[in-house]
Amino acid sequence: MVAITSPAFKENAARALADPGLQKALGTAKGAFLQRRAQAVANLPEFERLREIGRDIKNHTLANLDFYLDAYEAKVLAAGGMVHWCSTPDDARAVVLEICRKAGAKTVTKGKSMISEELGINAHLEANGIRPVETDLGEYILQLRQEHPSHIIAPAFHLNREDWEADFRRLHTDLPADRVFAERRDILAEARTKLREKFLQADVGITGANFLIAETGSSVIVTNEGNGDLTQTLPRVHIALASIEKVVPTLEDATSLLRLLARSATGQDFSVYTTFSTGARREADLDGPEEYHVVLIDGGRSNMLGTDFQEMLRCIRCAACMNHCPVYGAVGGHAYGWVYPGPMGSVLTPSLVGIDKTGLLPNASTFCGRCESVCPVKIPLPKLMRHWREREFERHLTPTAQRSNLNLWAWFARRPNAYRWATRAAIGALGLLGRGKGAFRSLPLAGGWTEGRDLPAPEPGGTFMARYARQQRGARR
Amino acid sequence: MTKEAILGAIRRGLKRGPLPAEQQAMLAGRLATHPRHLIPARSRLPRPDQVALFIRNVEKEFGTVERVPDLAGVPAALAEYLAAQNLPSRFVMAPHPEFEGIPWADRPLLEFERRRAEATDQVSLQHGWAAVAETGTLMLPSAPGRPTTLNLLAETEVVVLRASAIVGAYEEAWDRLRAENQDARSGGFMPRNIMFVTGPSRSADIEQTLELGAHGPRRLHVILVDDDLAALPMGDAVAPPPVALPGGPAAPGD
Repeated sequence: MVAITSPAFKENAARALADPGLQKALGTAKGAFLQRRAQAVANLPEFERLREIGRDIKNHTLANLDFYLDAYEAKVLAAGGMVHWCSTPDDARAVVLEICRKAGAKTVTKGKSMISEELGINAHLEANGIRPVETDLGEYILQLRQEHPSHIIAPAFHLNREDWEADFRRLHTDLPADRVFAERRDILAEARTKLREKFLQADVGITGANFLIAETGSSVIVTNEGNGDLTQTLPRVHIALASIEKVVPTLEDATSLLRLLARSATGQDFSVYTTFSTGARREADLDGPEEYHVVLIDGGRSNMLGTDFQEMLRCIRCAACMNHCPVYGAVGGHAYGWVYPGPMGSVLTPSLVGIDKTGLLPNASTFCGRCESVCPVKIPLPKLMRHWREREFERHLTPTAQRSNLNLWAWFARRPNAYRWATRAAIGALGLLGRGKGAFRSLPLAGGWTEGRDLPAPEPGGTFMARYARQQRGARR
Repeated sequence: MTKEAILGAIRRGLKRGPLPAEQQAMLAGRLATHPRHLIPARSRLPRPDQVALFIRNVEKEFGTVERVPDLAGVPAALAEYLAAQNLPSRFVMAPHPEFEGIPWADRPLLEFERRRAEATDQVSLQHGWAAVAETGTLMLPSAPGRPTTLNLLAETEVVVLRASAIVGAYEEAWDRLRAENQDARSGGFMPRNIMFVTGPSRSADIEQTLELGAHGPRRLHVILVDDDLAALPMGDAVAPPPVALPGGPAAPGD
C-alpha cells in the first residue's frame, strides 16, 4: 500500500506553495479542464437531469449491491472469465501475483487504475521479480520518476514540459543524447515507440474498470490514448481490478453514466476509447486474451454502506471536484498524502485508512461548494467533509488549542449579550489601535491571517448588530 | 469463503439479510428489461440530419469522413486517401465477409492481407458494425471478421461504415446488438470485446495540452457507404437508387 503522509498535510501544503515548478504546472493546467467541462455541459441541455439519473442509478445499485455482484459474477463465468473475491488489499495483491506466476509472466503492462495505486500492485510485483510497466503516458513518466499520481485522471498534473524532456533524456539512454524535442508531440512520439515494445513483450495486462455490468458480466474502461486497450488485448492474460461499488445493473445504466463521465472529467462528449470486455477470447477470434480475470475488491467499501459515507460510493472518479477546488488548485495532489486527492479524497481517504491519520484532509476545505455543484452523481462532498470534522472532534483528535478556542467561542455563542459586548469591545479596541494605518501587518493570535495579508482595521460605526439595529430604527421612522 | 464474507459484510452494512424473493425477482426483471433512461434530444433527427450529425461529430473529434455511393466506390476512395496522406498502398484488412464483394481489382496497386493486425502494419481497414450520431462514435464489436487489433496497432485506421448502420443514440445500438448478435460461448449477445471509438487516439498528459497519436491510431478515416436512401442529403434524395449491394442493405448480425 502507498505510504500515507496525510498527517503532514500542513507541511506538505507549505512545501507545495513554495515550489515554483509545481506552482507553474498548476497555473498552466488550471483553466483548461474548467473551460472544457463548462463547454461540454453547455452543449448538452439535459446534463442536469442526467446528474439526477446518475445519482439514482448508483443509489439503486448500492442498495442492492449483494444481488448485482452475484448476478455479475454469474455472467462473467458464463463468458469464460474468472472472478476473484478479495476482502482486503493483501488478498488482492496475492491473487494478482498468483495469476502472473501461473502465466509465467516476466513483464506486465498496466493501464491506468487508481485501485492499483491503492493496492500498491507495482511494488508487490517488483518485490517478486515481475516487472510492471505503466503504459498511460502520465503514469509512465511517474514510474520513471518513482512518484505517485497527483491527480486521478491526469496523473502527471504536477509536471512541466521541461520535466518530461529532462526525464526522457536521463532515462532513455539508448537514444541520441542531442535529439531535439521541438514540440510536445516529439515527447509523445518517443513514449509511443518505447511503450510499443513493452506492449508486445508483456505476458499479462492489468487494467482497472470504470464500470462492471451485471446484465452482461462486462468490465468497461475509458481511455484517450488507447494504452488500456493494447494492455487488455495483446497479452495472453487480462486482469481487471475493480472495487465492489463499480458494478451497475445494465448497459443502459452504464450508458447514462458514460454520458456524464467524459464531460465531467476532460470535457469531451465521449472519450476516444470506451471499451466493454466480456470474458476470454472466443473460439474463432483472431486476437484477444485467452484468460480473463476480474479481481473484485472490497477494501473497506462495505464498511461505508449504511453510514453517512455511503453516498461517497457513488463516485465515478471523474476528478471534476478536484479540478474545481481552490485548495487543490493551490497545493496540488501530493500534499493530500495518499492515493486520492482533492475533495473526493478528503472524504474517501479517512473512510479507507482511518480518520486518526487523515483528520487534516476534511479540514483542508473552504466549503465553497463548487465540488458538489459539479459532481456528476451529486455527492454532497462538503456535508461529508463536515461529518468527518464532527467525528474528529468527537474522538478528541482535534488539536488542544483548536478545541479550547472552539469551546471559548461556543461559550460566547450561547450567550448573545456577552457575545455582543465582547465583539463591541474588540472592534472598539482594534479600531482605535489601527486608526493611523488603517490595517494591521501583524497581530497577536492572528498570525495565521497576517502572515499572508494585512488585517483591515475596523472602521468607526460599531458592530454589524449595532449598525443593523440603527438602520432598523431609521427605517421605522 | 471470501465471496460469502463480502456479501455478508455488504448486508451487515445495509442492515438487512439476503433480499426477499420478491425483491430479487423485481431486480431480475430490471436486468431482463434493461429500461432506458433519458436520451438526449440532440440525435432525434430526420435520417439525413442524423447522418450529418455523425459526420460533424467525427470531424469535431479530428476524424475524417468521405461518402461513397456504394461498396464499389471503396477501392478508389481508399487509394486516393492513402495517396493524399502520403501513405503506402499496403494495408491489413478485416477478414469480414462483406469486404469480399468489393471490386478490389479496380485498383490493382492496393495490396492487402486479410488477418489480425501486427505492430508493423501502417494502415488497417476495419469493418464498422454501427455508429452513434450523438457523439460521432464508431461501434466495433470483436468477431472473427472484425479483430480488435485492427483498431489499435496501425497508425492509420480506415473504417468502412454503411450509412444504414448509423443510429442516433447508444441505446439503439445496444438494442440492435441484443437482437442480432449471438455469442456461442456465453449464450448471450456480448462478444468478447466492443470498442466505441470517437476520433483518433490522443493524450493531454503533457501540460493538459491535446496531442493526437498516442498509443493507438494517429488518423481515423471513415468511408461512409450511402446504402440508406432515406439518409442521403436532401438534395440527392431524388437520385436513382444505387445498385443492389452484396450482402443486402444492413450488415448481417455477426
